Amino acid sequence: MAWTATRRQLLTGLAAGAAWSLAPARLRAEKDRVVKAGFVYVGPVGDYGWTYRHDIGRREVEAALGPQVETSFVENVAEGADAERVIRQLAAAGHDIIFATSFGFMNAVVRVARQFPQVKFEHATGYKTADNLAVYNARFHEGRSVIGTIAGHMTRSGIVGYVASFPIPEVVMGINAFMLAMRRVRPDAVAKVVWVNSWYDPGKEADAAKALIDQGADVITQHTDSPAPLQVAEERGAYAFGQASDMSRFAPRAHLTAIIDNWGPYYVERVRAVLEGRWKSHMIWWGLKEGMVEIGPYHPDLPASVRKAAERVRRGIIDGTVHPFAGPIRDQSGRLRVPEGKTLSDEELLRMDWYVEGVQA
Amino acid sequence: MDALAATLLSVVTAATPLLLAATGELVVERSGVLNLGVEGMMLTGAVAGFAVLAAGGAPAVAVAAAALAGAALALLFGLLTLTLLANQVASGLALTIFGIGLSALLGAELVGTPVERLPRLSLAGLSELPLVGPLLFGQDPLVYLALAVLGLTAWTLRHTHLGRVIRACGDDHEAAHALGYPVIAVRYGAVLFGGAMAGLAGAYLSLVYTPMWAEGMTAGRGWIALALVVFSAWRPGRLLVGALLFGGVTILQLHAQALGLFAVPAQLLSMLPYLATILVLALLAGGLRRRSEAPACLGKPFRPPA
Amino acid sequence: MLRLEPRASPSASALVLAPLAALALTALVGTLLFRALGFDPAAVFRAFFVSPLASFWGLGELGLKAAPLLLIALGLAVGFRAGVWNIGAEGQFLLGAILAGGIALRFPDVPAPWLLAAMTAAGIAGGLLWAAIPALLRTRLGVNEILTSLMLSYVASLLLSALVYGPWRDPEGFGFPQTPFFPEAARLPVLVADTRLHAGVWVALALVPLFWLLLRFHLFGFATRVLGEAPRAARYAGFAESRLVWSCLLLSGGLAGLAGMFEVAGPIGQLTPEISPGYGFTAIIVAFLGRLHPLGLVPASLIVALAEIGAENAQIEVGLPRAAGGVFQGLLLFLLLASEMFVRYRPRLGLGRESIAKEPSWTPSPPPS
Repeated sequence: MAWTATRRQLLTGLAAGAAWSLAPARLRAEKDRVVKAGFVYVGPVGDYGWTYRHDIGRREVEAALGPQVETSFVENVAEGADAERVIRQLAAAGHDIIFATSFGFMNAVVRVARQFPQVKFEHATGYKTADNLAVYNARFHEGRSVIGTIAGHMTRSGIVGYVASFPIPEVVMGINAFMLAMRRVRPDAVAKVVWVNSWYDPGKEADAAKALIDQGADVITQHTDSPAPLQVAEERGAYAFGQASDMSRFAPRAHLTAIIDNWGPYYVERVRAVLEGRWKSHMIWWGLKEGMVEIGPYHPDLPASVRKAAERVRRGIIDGTVHPFAGPIRDQSGRLRVPEGKTLSDEELLRMDWYVEGVQA
Repeated sequence: MDALAATLLSVVTAATPLLLAATGELVVERSGVLNLGVEGMMLTGAVAGFAVLAAGGAPAVAVAAAALAGAALALLFGLLTLTLLANQVASGLALTIFGIGLSALLGAELVGTPVERLPRLSLAGLSELPLVGPLLFGQDPLVYLALAVLGLTAWTLRHTHLGRVIRACGDDHEAAHALGYPVIAVRYGAVLFGGAMAGLAGAYLSLVYTPMWAEGMTAGRGWIALALVVFSAWRPGRLLVGALLFGGVTILQLHAQALGLFAVPAQLLSMLPYLATILVLALLAGGLRRRSEAPACLGKPFRPPA
Repeated sequence: MLRLEPRASPSASALVLAPLAALALTALVGTLLFRALGFDPAAVFRAFFVSPLASFWGLGELGLKAAPLLLIALGLAVGFRAGVWNIGAEGQFLLGAILAGGIALRFPDVPAPWLLAAMTAAGIAGGLLWAAIPALLRTRLGVNEILTSLMLSYVASLLLSALVYGPWRDPEGFGFPQTPFFPEAARLPVLVADTRLHAGVWVALALVPLFWLLLRFHLFGFATRVLGEAPRAARYAGFAESRLVWSCLLLSGGLAGLAGMFEVAGPIGQLTPEISPGYGFTAIIVAFLGRLHPLGLVPASLIVALAEIGAENAQIEVGLPRAAGGVFQGLLLFLLLASEMFVRYRPRLGLGRESIAKEPSWTPSPPPS
């Protein structure tokens, strides 16, 4: 039941897997080999948010590689001293590749990777690599450019409510990408940001969405895990966007589209690389182009012109003609941060700790 | 609906689950039992109510299932602490661990399932009145239930024989026993009531507040309910004040953020509900020391002499 | 009818046999649970209780996980004996970590013994400070410490978050919520090679006999027990209630703060928003599981730590869902707590009437009033 919505990504994963499997011929030679892949989750798989999406990725690995892979996972792993033990246990238990799916696991992964040079480690969203430690991250902000474009078209009041979790660069970048895209459509629009200081508290997320709507927001977007803000938007006649999953079932009218985290194809490819003996450490930051971030189906009632504008941004980001952070960009105080014709580099994005004009945070 | 009414509605919504769970716990504690397992009972109620509604059950049945599920966990607690005289504080904490696990286990298949929110009350003519309409006549049935149970609890404790018996068990169980009151039976009743109310609080979250099931969705509200019982000095009237205060400050700090009122880190604003509760209790404390109705036997096991 | 007769003194054989019986019963209930969920019970039990102990490193991890629980529970147990309900050890733990971390970050060039000494002092001071608020409010205004200590835990957690997201954030950390690593001099030495058993673990163990002596032979131990079991008697005996409340809260707060310092100067080595997986709350269970007795806290903290590590391991080895592990942990705790009964009471079946039995005589009887 919970898996029906993800059939689309599952197919994508399978297709991608099939494409990769054509290339190297070593596969047959190592047919009997079984790779053990371990996953470390920061939340429960039942959070319907971040961890839930990673676990769908894990299931896609099982579906794609069948008997060649065994997966296991540990959920609800605290980011303190426990993380190092769990990761080490996985390594000691004979896992060939271990995915640590939260930033807070970084230093624990680094330490364990040093002790287990033959095991491959993958850390999500971090910045420390080693010969046996790769880093992967998704350009979620590219999705935010698309939904920001839609929000700019759909808001009447010019006020968009942003339910945010914690001011880490990923969230800050997301807010800024959203705002820049929105202002390109609607130059007077503002984004009011409310921090709930939690990734996951449905009640408080709902309260934040209500407060934002009470203050004039008619489009709600979120960087927290639960569909609660969408439910509020549905009830109060506002629009909203799904987070991590297609959440349209929770807000059939309000849900305009969703930014979907799609880890499956990456996980399939990396486990396959271990299987075929060609795994190499790297640091990747994939987005719409590689399919790690996807835009869900548009609401059938979304006007064709809006859909077209959104698609223009999405396709433009994929083919490189649109950059989410293209100048001129001014910060909240009005200072010109990025001149016309320039764009922010990845390095600058990853260190971003300031807000663009129009953000009220 | 104008913004003021909407804001006040949000406050009521935020306060209701706290009020439901705290009313139950208040009765439990007045009978002399301290059950720290509220969070676990809430979650179990939330998943049970949600499962029934998602399976096509009627809203009333879903709500009843939530209450039953909460009471079932409470029964377990009762067996441990009232019959087997296990330590109440530790058993309550163990019940929380158990309830978090059990609800996650039962709800694994329900994640990502939508349900229809329970309907609001709608009285022709009245519910549309400005401001007072939605506030007085347009709430969820569970809000009225919460208030009704609170009123009934206050009245029962103060004015009825049953109330006197409950209080006697909490204040001096030896004397209550000597008077011929069935201390253990009374406490079982109170514990079951507390569990049912915690279950209802959970149902309010999973069926009304945010109609969904996700693991750990109570996000610590059971603990706040426990703190509110202390805040109330074990008096039902003050429970309402506490729940509205906590819910109100929570909502107001979100509004303050949206308005950009304070240029301070959001974490500091998030501290406000906790600090406000401490502050108000400290301010009330002068008069409170005399009027606190803290049960003297709270948390102490009672073994009926043979 | 089941009747419980108090024993004149806790039965020595029951003291050992009761927990063993509880474990046996847990095994039985667990077998039913795991079989119902479609798992091989033997494999689950092996993952839960055997594999974590099967290696030297695993034993070290057990000690590492148990140490903060033991340290916090030592302080809490004294307070609970006296009826002082500090349930905010989590906040005191965090404050200790914050202040100790602040010292490590502010004075990176101070040599190790001095820096560690200062951090230890700061850790204890942080716990004391956070426990002093409930103590002050209770003794001056009569505000119940359950509420204040619990609420202050949330405040401490938000304070830590504000610091690591704000002024204390590592400028080289790409905006992530973490401080820089502490200097080497600020790290507790690991005393057993190939484990993470840092000096703090041994400090926690060393405090156990000290606390036993304190509670057994010092007037303070007696006074706290009298206060908890017969507050009026305490007054007659001339024990000042407010001084005892202060002592209990400060003692438990100071130890929780020390545990917080050990955690960040030991295995973690920096401040992040998530330095405690709820140690302060889990330690409450440990305190009661250990019957509020310093010597009982050692096995209690080890059992609770093992159940935690076992639940992780059962996920890795047999794919048991974390939720099922939680249910099992709950059952284990229920049965251990229930088994306590056999230590203090002798269960009797039957309806025979006897004269009204006295309460166990090893608790002080209330004075005539």
